Amino acid sequence: MSYLPLTSEDHQVMLDTIGVEQFNQILQAIPAELRNPDIRIPNSLSEHEIRTLFGKIARKNLNCKDKLSFLGAGAYEHYIPSVVNAIISRSEFYTAYTPYQAEASQGTLQAIFEYQSLMCELTGMDISNGSHYDGSTALAEAALLSLSKTSRKKVMVAKSLHPEFRRVLQTYLAKTGMEMIEIPFLTDGSLDRAALENHLTQEVASVIVSSPNFFGLIEDLEGLAQLVHQNESLFIMTGNPLSFGFYKTPAEWGADIACGEGQPLGIPLSFGGPWLGYFTTTRTLVRQIPGRLVGLTKDMDNRRAFCLTLQAREQHIRRERANSNICTNQALCAIAACVYMTCLGKTGMKQVAELNMENAFYLRDQIEKIAGFQVLTKGPVFNEFTVRCPKPVSEMNQFLIARDIVGGYDLGKEYPEFKNTMLVCATETKTKDEIDHFVEILKESISS
Amino acid sequence: MKTKTLSGLFADDQMIFEKSRLGKKSVALPKRKFSEIDFSKNIPAHLQRKECANLPELSEPEIIRHFVNLSKKNFSIDTHFYPLGSCTMKYNPKINEEVARLDGFAWSHPYQPDDAVQGSMQVLYELSHMLCEITGMDEFTLQPAAGAHGELLGLMLVHAYHQHRGERKRIKVLVPDSSHGTNPATAALCGYQVVQIPSDHRGRIDLEALKKSVDDQTACLMLTNPNTLGLFEDDILKIREIMHRHGALLYYDGANLNALLGIARPGDMGFDIVHLNLHKTFSTPHGGGGPGAGPVGVKKFLADFLPIPFVVKDGENYRWQKTRAHSIGKIKSFYGNFGLLLRAYVYIRSVGLEGLRQISRDAILSANYLRKRLERMLEVPFPEFCMHEFVVTARNMKPAGIHAGDIGKRLLDYGIHAPTVHFPLVVEEALMIEPTETESKESLDQLVDAISKIVKEVEENPEMVQKAPYTMPIRRPDEVQAARKPILSWRDYKIDQTRNSSLA
Repeated sequence: MSYLPLTSEDHQVMLDTIGVEQFNQILQAIPAELRNPDIRIPNSLSEHEIRTLFGKIARKNLNCKDKLSFLGAGAYEHYIPSVVNAIISRSEFYTAYTPYQAEASQGTLQAIFEYQSLMCELTGMDISNGSHYDGSTALAEAALLSLSKTSRKKVMVAKSLHPEFRRVLQTYLAKTGMEMIEIPFLTDGSLDRAALENHLTQEVASVIVSSPNFFGLIEDLEGLAQLVHQNESLFIMTGNPLSFGFYKTPAEWGADIACGEGQPLGIPLSFGGPWLGYFTTTRTLVRQIPGRLVGLTKDMDNRRAFCLTLQAREQHIRRERANSNICTNQALCAIAACVYMTCLGKTGMKQVAELNMENAFYLRDQIEKIAGFQVLTKGPVFNEFTVRCPKPVSEMNQFLIARDIVGGYDLGKEYPEFKNTMLVCATETKTKDEIDHFVEILKESISS
Repeated sequence: MKTKTLSGLFADDQMIFEKSRLGKKSVALPKRKFSEIDFSKNIPAHLQRKECANLPELSEPEIIRHFVNLSKKNFSIDTHFYPLGSCTMKYNPKINEEVARLDGFAWSHPYQPDDAVQGSMQVLYELSHMLCEITGMDEFTLQPAAGAHGELLGLMLVHAYHQHRGERKRIKVLVPDSSHGTNPATAALCGYQVVQIPSDHRGRIDLEALKKSVDDQTACLMLTNPNTLGLFEDDILKIREIMHRHGALLYYDGANLNALLGIARPGDMGFDIVHLNLHKTFSTPHGGGGPGAGPVGVKKFLADFLPIPFVVKDGENYRWQKTRAHSIGKIKSFYGNFGLLLRAYVYIRSVGLEGLRQISRDAILSANYLRKRLERMLEVPFPEFCMHEFVVTARNMKPAGIHAGDIGKRLLDYGIHAPTVHFPLVVEEALMIEPTETESKESLDQLVDAISKIVKEVEENPEMVQKAPYTMPIRRPDEVQAARKPILSWRDYKIDQTRNSSLA
């Protein structure tokens, strides 16, 4: 037990100071019947044993560093510059507390301020908070914000939004008695605008659309913001933030809130978390935005200083009148994203977006040529698209994994209309040889 | 803006945007493979962003220096002692970090088939079972991303349970006046009316007031035990009886579990729902405010309401169970903050049962030692044995114009993080002190010495203490201005500079 600095001599001196003979005297407030519970937990392990044990457990997982993976569906393998891990491995960042004591937390505060600044530049939006738990919870909070801002009862959500996002949203809405209307999609996976317009009533607080959507397609949202705003609803957009390096930003589409999953910005997969919910808004919503915000001000000596701000919205001040119960962000993940975006810089961010696009477009072209496979997502995509396969996706994936390839996501599990359809992803991590190899194996799969 | 007095360690005070120079590049990206594809021509122009995102441009050495210099402007548990009540700032073992970065854990995809992620599923399965053992609950979900997120789920479970029983009239949630701010905020977010229960003269929940407030409209009582005064709610068995007699549930806020490992269990006390903060009791790093993890445990009769999916074990294999009879659904994508859950599991396996017991014993011993030594300098409103934390008050310094927060700020100059101040609300000018088990006796004594010096400083020169700290990268920030005229990004700052700058 090397984490405990107190020696037995210390114990004795401290007991003497407290004025007790036995430690258990201190516990007198605990009813005797509750004490010394029978707990079954294995004995301690040495660090060496831990390393061996968890090395073994880790090897029971396949991972995309060992296997060639074309699986995306909201969780993406991207190259992370070594600088990112070097910075977030600094004890001064990862073992720091929430920056309530501004004077002793300027490092975290400035890094989060810079994260907010970079997110505003990437999305084009006016305000970014210091981050959220993840994309799904950020979106749920955005929907709640729209309901309270408009005092309306319904949110309209594109069915082409990530199924996990919709499920989380549904859970959050259930407790408020609010309703979620799903906007269908057309056969090519794009938003059904006519259906959207038909359901856009005075009860709709917000319209929530993803681009790229869950099928990888970049949506053409021309005129949508106008339509939504005429109805006095809020327009909420989500999407892979890396795609904003090339494609039109939520601000350019006229979004009131842009939020979603920031994992592609320098955060490893880690089996689904910890990731990063990004949350950005227009200036008009600044006092409704949930979560932590870092602001710039001056100190007593008139120097620039960073501090948490607009805390009057928060639970530790307002208790039951707070506008959210959130009391953390994903600070360290936000710092990772901040360093990642800085490493790429202005031109690098566009370049990495194009590297994703060229791989996805090339792979799509190659698969299109294989008889028996049919590409469904034909429009502009970012790094993934849908393909109808000649066999059930589960069979395809078994065939692929036997050849050391992790195949795509089985869309039929969530969308019955997409039977035998695979969502295939190729990020910038894939070489031409790897893509060609994948295509060859797909060809083999037909004759097997 | 006034020029800074020289302070070598913190001399670097520019923002990243101010260091940017056009054309600098950091990370070397792979070359375009199909450079013949010109996306600016192939993709309809109205789908493209007009201009590149205005991100800073720096070389790698400059980026490293910028962020490393920033890191030096932080207190952290690896560099400083944080006697921060209710926050359990304990040491974060390095082996946890090493394990979490293994490729098998860091680079496995949440949608890989079950047989390709048996390792991660084993970790989730075993962790949830060990949390059941430690807390005395029957089942755990690991989905919530933070303590407040766990609370939110907990209250959703309360709601779902009463709805399921057709008891729609249960609209009230009781919270003690000493509770964490998240408790009432969460209850209100779930649509409940919040009823505050006063504390009695012993710093415990006032049983008579509780009896008067609880009725057939009560959904639950949210309680921390030990409470935020560091006192064990010794009437807990009576409280259980009162709540359950009225058909209401008992909710445990696990912020203070570090006092109880192997000593007593919330499940045995009668709590029906428990949330834990793995970033407190189970040593996962705070990360400067997250990511955390807030698993929720329940008694058997509530298990059907828990989120989906969850891991079950079939023989030697683990698989996802995707349904539960009355599941509330999902409250987060995928399965929770796996990287943190893994660290907590490594911690439990490293220290074992005896280690867990010793952790709480040392945490309690350290708190009582500090309380005893500090009571000569600062008033202790509840002078009895405490658990892992305690509260002192600076109210007798008020005539000198000194508040609890001032003492905290001055402590920074002595190289110790401020305690939690002005909380809990039931004690005027409260300083809430939690040393944790990972501080040496020498470091506890340093806190005593520092406070004794500050007490003297308050007598001799209160103005000096009022304006502390003096040795940090900045002096006290103007928070009023920050809120009145929010500058929340580099773009805001540039706009402010071109106008009549509020920062000039």
